Amino acid sequence: MEVGRSIPRVDAADKVSGRAKYTDDLCPRPVLEAKILHSTIANGWVKSMDISAAQALPGVVKVLTCFDVPDIQYPTPGHPWSVEKGHQDVADRKLLSRRVRIYGEDIAAVVAEDEITAQRALELIKVEYEEYPVMLEPEQAMAEGAVAIHEEKPDNVLAKMDLRTPIADDRYENVEQVLDDPQFYQFRGHYATQQVQHCHIENPVSFAWMEAGRIHVVTSTQIPHIVRRVIGQALGIGWGNIQVIKPYIGGGFGNKQEVLYEPLNAWLTTQVGGRCVRLDVSREETFQNTRSRHPISFDVAAAVDKDGNMMARSCTAISNQGGYASHGNAIVANAITGFRQLYPDRIGHHSTAYTVYTNRPAPGAMRGYGIPQCNFAVECMMEDIALKFGFDPIELRLKNIMPLGYVDPFNGITCHSTGLAECIQKGREAIGWDELREKYKDQTGPVRRGVGMACFSYKTGVYPISLETSSARMVLNQDGTIQLHLGATEIGQGGDTVFSQMAAEAVGIPTEDVHIVSFQDTDTAPFDTGAYASRQTYVTGKAIKKVGLEFREKLLSYAAELFPEAKDLTISERFITDGAGEKLISLEELATTAFYSLEHSVHITAEGTNHCKENTFAFGCCFAEVEVDIPLGKVKVLRMINVHDSGKLINPALAAAQVHGGMSMGIGYALSEDMKFDPKTGRLLNGNLLDYKMPTSMDHPDLTALFVETDDPSGPFGNKALGEPPAIPVAPAIRNAVLSATGVAVNTLPLSPQKLVEEFTKGGLIGHV
Amino acid sequence: MMEILHCTVNNKPVEVGIDPRESLADTLRQRLGLTSVKKGCEVGECGACTVLVDGVAIDSCIYLSVWAQGKTILTVEGLQNENGELTPLQKAFVEEAAVQCGFCTPGIIMSAVEIVGSGKLYTRDELRKLISGHLCRCTGYENILNAVERAVNETHKFVGKEEE
Repeated sequence: MEVGRSIPRVDAADKVSGRAKYTDDLCPRPVLEAKILHSTIANGWVKSMDISAAQALPGVVKVLTCFDVPDIQYPTPGHPWSVEKGHQDVADRKLLSRRVRIYGEDIAAVVAEDEITAQRALELIKVEYEEYPVMLEPEQAMAEGAVAIHEEKPDNVLAKMDLRTPIADDRYENVEQVLDDPQFYQFRGHYATQQVQHCHIENPVSFAWMEAGRIHVVTSTQIPHIVRRVIGQALGIGWGNIQVIKPYIGGGFGNKQEVLYEPLNAWLTTQVGGRCVRLDVSREETFQNTRSRHPISFDVAAAVDKDGNMMARSCTAISNQGGYASHGNAIVANAITGFRQLYPDRIGHHSTAYTVYTNRPAPGAMRGYGIPQCNFAVECMMEDIALKFGFDPIELRLKNIMPLGYVDPFNGITCHSTGLAECIQKGREAIGWDELREKYKDQTGPVRRGVGMACFSYKTGVYPISLETSSARMVLNQDGTIQLHLGATEIGQGGDTVFSQMAAEAVGIPTEDVHIVSFQDTDTAPFDTGAYASRQTYVTGKAIKKVGLEFREKLLSYAAELFPEAKDLTISERFITDGAGEKLISLEELATTAFYSLEHSVHITAEGTNHCKENTFAFGCCFAEVEVDIPLGKVKVLRMINVHDSGKLINPALAAAQVHGGMSMGIGYALSEDMKFDPKTGRLLNGNLLDYKMPTSMDHPDLTALFVETDDPSGPFGNKALGEPPAIPVAPAIRNAVLSATGVAVNTLPLSPQKLVEEFTKGGLIGHV
Repeated sequence: MMEILHCTVNNKPVEVGIDPRESLADTLRQRLGLTSVKKGCEVGECGACTVLVDGVAIDSCIYLSVWAQGKTILTVEGLQNENGELTPLQKAFVEEAAVQCGFCTPGIIMSAVEIVGSGKLYTRDELRKLISGHLCRCTGYENILNAVERAVNETHKFVGKEEE
């Protein structure tokens, strides 16, 4: 079995020896350097720009401004393109913008012979602005008389949704009546999350040049085929005129599931005669000008019966979209859906969602796509309901979790397998939940401990909300090994390794005999939309299985030509064997024969597309033990255990590593990460890795990743989503642990020392001797 | 404007023309092709550009190349022996699944070379502190610590030193 082996990553040796090439490592030098001028206001217009001094600086090749760019608005999110106009992404961005929508808007670009010259030229550009009030919060942007950030949306509401599930009890007309029914426990709550950044260690650099009349772009992206399409749309040229190459990338986490500066870079090379232009993006620009995770606020209500059954809930979510639509309403739509799905209501559910333009740097996709936000709300809510009405928090969850066979009433996504109850049990035992809850029951003093937990559900890929398609190609080598070509991308998660394992499994050869072509080149890589939505092991896995089985059949049928008398041919240990187990010919000999046979020469290859029309739910939970220093407002995570049901694991060691990384991201989300803004100017105050507090090794306990392996009938190898899920339940688990330690429920993220001291003071733990 | 930097890089004497304003990270990457030296912030916050200068781990993005005059520099490219075999430390990173996107990996390995090279044993908490100058978003540092701990322990068996 090749699937299920904990083999080392196929790219590990190259990555520990410095041979693995990332975008900037491939850039020819010398190269022209591009730098971008960012606005120093957050809302308004560029009235005029004086570039004469910049243009005159020796070494400057070209200065281009928002007055020069094509008059084309284009969409940027890494979604599959929709051929139906109504489902197409919002096209609200230009290469450089006269309309200033965020502090740091891209308003001009300089191309120079070196970076220092480019930087100096930027400083010589004089800009005159017309300025409007800064609106960083949805309430400001939605207020009467607020200036429209995009003229297409005069009220700054990009989208509004209102969804009601059918009412399953004819004594009620709507959810609100259930929520007001006095026979049920009534609960109301407000929870809110903050804006955070992906913090992949490689910034999204690119370089572009022209050759044979086409534009070539090498870029750090999760979605090379989508980048190609968007460059075509942004420049108004045929998509075939663009080649995008994606080398190894230094993390993405959703930020690179967006077309960032590639279209600008592509356009800049066309403006300097096709010479190669590098567009480096600094860490500060990555914070300010690329994507982040949406701050979302949730107003929730629930009716719970005396036995703890969830009867009905409502949820109103407001998502702060910043200055550009990016993934648009899709993220808050996913959030309200996730809020509803984990604990299906017995009578009905009502959700409302708003996506609102503001003057913040625009959030986009980030690991979990709205689910970390809604999971904070739903898992705080469950804990608060348990505490308020006297339920055991784990029993309350177990009573209400999504059952096997659940079908979502709107999108039809079905629960084909679930190990969630087993995950909860496993985590409960591993952390010693019952003993610790007892032990930490009646603490006093300034330093207290607690344990908390949270669960999640997560769909696998985007079907049926969007297209799910993936293609694969297998090509035989003379020695009987194969090349595997995919459009799916390795972004650090271990995709290449598990793809190789899946191909080997399908063909019937060792993983060592599969050579994956890691870099995607849109000229030659089969079509796949890329790494996002925890989709690739599932969606691309199906394509690999389909093509692998076809490739296997081609090997066997060629063998049948050579051995017409043999019966029941199969592949075993690098040989073609017959039904009696007799070795007939090695794969190497078969391959060499197929290439060079004078009777029948054929290059054995297989290629195909799998249009995936299935989806399934992955599950899991997080258990956290914390120590809270009340006077300091400091939370130390003592132990953390994540338990996941991601179906069958393709590579258990890499799966555990993936879980560790998600837990780490969750710790930062819970305790320290927060993009802070000056409300007067709209300027990001901590857009660097010193002031933005991403966790270091000192901020972690040892991380434990456990699994409950279900065998999902819809997965290509029984597998389902794993990439994003580990990050989801961590923040509410920590919040609930702090609640259990101190009795104080903190309803907004992050649980920073300053906020905790305020909350503990309000809660009477500080200042009352 | 240009100056000549004389130093030893990965066990070989090197003479290279540099701009006196440039960082060692840029010299190593752009003039000497040592692209294992990664840049994640260029202000000494992330640790991705860590190399050893005279055996000490430094952030090469905030270390001027002119300061390296006459010094000995080691990057990840200089670790493998002539047969191309990985060092025990590199193998530990591979086998402990301590590598994901790999962008922080060369820098952390160089800090670990310094740690392992001390010949001392360290507690897990001491190792946490010693690698805390490196930011990693993929691993939660868990398997990185496992790899460094394993390399420290293995090395200590051969060249172990008592605490000074």
